[in-house]
Amino acid sequence: MSVYIYPVLFGIFCGLFTRLIMLRTDYRQYPTYLHGKIVHISLGFIAAVLGSVAVPALIEENITAVTFLTVAASQFREVRNMERNTLKQMDGYELVSRGDTYIEGIALAFESRNYLVIFTSLLTTIAFIFTDIIISLAVMVVCIVIARAMMDGGKIKDICEIEYVKPRFDGAGLYVDNIYIMNIGLPKRQEEILKYGMGFILKPKNFNAMTTIANLGQRQAILYDLSTSLGIFRDSGTPALAPLAKRDLEDGRVGIFVLPQNRDIERAIEIIGNTPTLENAIRLPSKRKKNEGGMGNDG
Amino acid sequence: MTVEKMILACLTTNPRKAPTGLAVFHCDSKEEMEAIGATLEAVLDGIAHLISEEIMIIVRH
Repeated sequence: MSVYIYPVLFGIFCGLFTRLIMLRTDYRQYPTYLHGKIVHISLGFIAAVLGSVAVPALIEENITAVTFLTVAASQFREVRNMERNTLKQMDGYELVSRGDTYIEGIALAFESRNYLVIFTSLLTTIAFIFTDIIISLAVMVVCIVIARAMMDGGKIKDICEIEYVKPRFDGAGLYVDNIYIMNIGLPKRQEEILKYGMGFILKPKNFNAMTTIANLGQRQAILYDLSTSLGIFRDSGTPALAPLAKRDLEDGRVGIFVLPQNRDIERAIEIIGNTPTLENAIRLPSKRKKNEGGMGNDG
Repeated sequence: MTVEKMILACLTTNPRKAPTGLAVFHCDSKEEMEAIGATLEAVLDGIAHLISEEIMIIVRH
């Protein structure tokens, strides 16, 4: 039996365990129970195997075997495409869509989780070969903590203050605070909106936050999370009851209008606050150097 | 080219102000305009917007 069998098995176990910890089905109901999970656990297993066997391959000076990692990288990129396509197809049947920015963020997270699994397997296998089981377990714990920290991004409550405001009508114009949402022409629809509607104001804490919440994808993500958690008072063929988020051009505040089935104000504020700030929506204009001229240096 | 928004129909109680180039429904009263507007909104999958007291349009967003 090869001397590397236990280190490789340990590395695979650690990688798979890390993947299972990162595989949570939460309020967004994604990945779906059970088949979606099987796909991701299987890919996590492959990632763990690749990370683990790379170490013995290097020790035995089998350098070319490491090229397998490049195959893995292209495979995981394919996972990202698969997730993107699946979510986009599903999005067409949602009463409130996720939006492309949110979908891209989810797809990116699924790809990056497999790389984290590879690194966990790689490091734990190295630790097992060159040290003992106790240190290897400690490496595993550190890897899991780092993986969790890297997967938990920022939240809306970190960058905005959230306040409940009852929607109101001025003529046919629907307003949340002083932010114009849309024109509702039918009195019956206006009554429904006043009865079931809720409004929230997101007040950005700084200029960076103002730019982030201005992103249309970020606003759609908030509407999606809110509608998923609290339910939505609408059906197909009732576009007037669609939730909307509009921006105050003066100060960058965003007015959120929704018609939830569960009208719990505290819960709604909590959900908005816990909406992730999407990687693709984050902008940091304040990081731009004052003396930087021209078009900047992206990339 | 993708047309993101489109006026599907117009309802009016004032024939003088009725636009051309789209389906116009002439109504006798505001109540009738609202009733027809509600039906058209459901049938056409659009939103009824009140432009003035006399004109309502159904828009697909």
